[in-house]
Amino acid sequence: MTNQSVAKKKHIWDKVSEKFDIFCRKIKLDKWKAWLYLLPTIVLLAIFTFCPIINTVSMAFTVYWDPEAPVYEYDESGNILTDDETGKKVVLGYGEYKGYNIALDIAGETDFEFGFNNFISVLKYNGFIQIMKNTVILCIMTVPISTLLALLIAVCLNAIKPLRRLLQTIFFMPYVTNSIAIGMVFAAMFNIVGVNEHNLDASRSLGIINSVLGVLGMDPVNWINQGSSYWANIAVMVIYIAWNALPFKILILLGGLQSVNKQYYDAAKIDSTPPWRVFTRITVPLLSPMIAYVVITGFIGGFKEYTSIIGIFGEGMQPPGAGAGTPRLQTMVGYIYDALGTNSQGTASAAAIILFLLIFAVTLINLYVSKKKTHY
Amino acid sequence: MKIVLQNLTKIFPPRDKKRGKETIAVNNFTFTIPDGKLVGLLGPSGCGKSTTLYMISGLQAPSGGKIFFGEDDVTELSPENRGVGLVFQNYALYPHMTVKQNILFPLQNLRGEDRLTKEQMIERAYDAAKLVQIDELMERKPSELSGGQQQRVAIARALVKMPKVLLLDEPLSNLDARLRLQTREEIKRIQKETGITTIFVTHDQEEAMSISDIIVVMKLGVVQQVGAPQDVYDDPINLFVAKFLGTPPINVFKGSVKSGKLVINGAEVMDVPGIDDREVFVGIRPEGFIPAADGSFECNLSNVEVMGRDVSVVSTNEASLNPFVRSIIDADYKIDKSATTIRFALKPHKVFLFDEKTEERIKFEVN
Repeated sequence: MTNQSVAKKKHIWDKVSEKFDIFCRKIKLDKWKAWLYLLPTIVLLAIFTFCPIINTVSMAFTVYWDPEAPVYEYDESGNILTDDETGKKVVLGYGEYKGYNIALDIAGETDFEFGFNNFISVLKYNGFIQIMKNTVILCIMTVPISTLLALLIAVCLNAIKPLRRLLQTIFFMPYVTNSIAIGMVFAAMFNIVGVNEHNLDASRSLGIINSVLGVLGMDPVNWINQGSSYWANIAVMVIYIAWNALPFKILILLGGLQSVNKQYYDAAKIDSTPPWRVFTRITVPLLSPMIAYVVITGFIGGFKEYTSIIGIFGEGMQPPGAGAGTPRLQTMVGYIYDALGTNSQGTASAAAIILFLLIFAVTLINLYVSKKKTHY
Repeated sequence: MKIVLQNLTKIFPPRDKKRGKETIAVNNFTFTIPDGKLVGLLGPSGCGKSTTLYMISGLQAPSGGKIFFGEDDVTELSPENRGVGLVFQNYALYPHMTVKQNILFPLQNLRGEDRLTKEQMIERAYDAAKLVQIDELMERKPSELSGGQQQRVAIARALVKMPKVLLLDEPLSNLDARLRLQTREEIKRIQKETGITTIFVTHDQEEAMSISDIIVVMKLGVVQQVGAPQDVYDDPINLFVAKFLGTPPINVFKGSVKSGKLVINGAEVMDVPGIDDREVFVGIRPEGFIPAADGSFECNLSNVEVMGRDVSVVSTNEASLNPFVRSIIDADYKIDKSATTIRFALKPHKVFLFDEKTEERIKFEVN
């Protein structure tokens, strides 16, 4: 009797599982086991990646009508006109479309609608040109410099045997060090510590870089202190970003070099190839897939530059006393971050989408160029 | 150009300095390669034949000894300045260059007086390509070529700068059997046409025997025997050389010499005049057997393989060191396949005796 009931129970379970399988096949989920294994990743991706992306797009296109917003009159250079007698701003009328704002959304009394005003307000923002300029300059200067340096260092590292591991570790250090901490060290090197408020000329020569320049008989440069020039600031940022980008690139290129068949170099030796020709005609072409990879990821990273500037200049993103309004070294990501902080989520989303399109376009160009020049 | 190797030695240091043992890859190799000859370095893997080749090319520095090209001592010369052409086992064609660019590459490296004009370079490249019959494939990339074609490109690249010496490292090992036959004839033809002193390395004795003017048989870094292929085959200096050359391989037996007679498995099989009584290894080439009803050497017949031109008789013998005794006999002899035993007479010049301990050859007079 007991044996029979056990057998029957098993039988029922088999039937259930069979039915489940048929059901799964019916809804085209017969690979349900595979989906089950993928589930944790899919859930996490959905919560932390897909939803935010969809939300960003939706926020970027959401606006509302603010009937009480004053509409000012502007002069030719974009400044708000003021009444000569009263000193008040000239108001043309009231009522304007405004960008998405999460506080208003939570309050629930605003009617949101579809519109492009978020994008318009990003493009009309009077610091937009400055932001784009900073972003693009940092990108196009740091990527070639760091790639060439990384290639040089990787080739040198690959050529030596003793000390290679030690040097490899040293070159990899910046990758595992906090970039804010590195930024502070750079700030010290280019001198921001110990500023003498009363004698700026004295304080300029405090950093190690200026000391070296002094030893070489050159005048100290005001790199990042109060009163420093824009291009001095950019120079510091380029050196810092390029140096910070080196370890990853060296790692990739060194890996690529080590996978190159040594026989090509033996063959080149037999054919009396001069070293420079070995480098340009053999090493670089054989490394081209890796070079394309570090250039593309370098551009993507470069367009997202933000923490490095905070690291050196602090949250002001410019030297002290460089003026109000848009910070001198503001970048796209910095702008997005600030917009989020000032409850302009719509504007931030629109800026994020513009940045995405920019990176997308540049990557397409990169891929197009590398397809012609890359040997796989 | 003749090449002289003088006490050439290569010792690789142990990987673990405290425990490991150093490896002697090439031991005291002395040999003169005559001008314009095709020389095959032959031996099992790990015998130092490739190391020897790479020392001649300059890619590896010898631990001892000297290398001369003609009268010039090139031992200390870097590979760039030796003027050798080297064909690598995997060809090492630059994958990102076309066939034409690959062949032009060595010419573009020439500097100073040797520098050619662009037209001359292209002419030379096409000449080299025509020699190896790939002038139709000049615009292709190596990945678009078959193994045999890649091999020809590699030879053309080595030949284009007109080297004094051409070195080939296992040139046929990546080709299929049919292509291998064809290409080895090709190598012989190219070598004859150019007259360049050529050294090639192989572990395939058939390949070495078929095209070399001289073969060098090596074992564990030590040269065993040097000579024309047929001479080495007919007159091996020791058991290793005898076993290494020939397909099917030589049959080896344990035997002894008693009062001028060779005894295998208790039977006196042959006269071996002038040898004292001793234990020996006996090597008999497969073609050294003649089936004869009154033959002195008896084996248990296991199989007869008919191959048309000749017949391969597979038998067993208790004294044999191989599981089977394989003999190749003329198809004119009719073999009774149903018989359990077969008797052979032996051709004395196909029978070699070796010392039981040193495995060195013991010669006897052949009547």
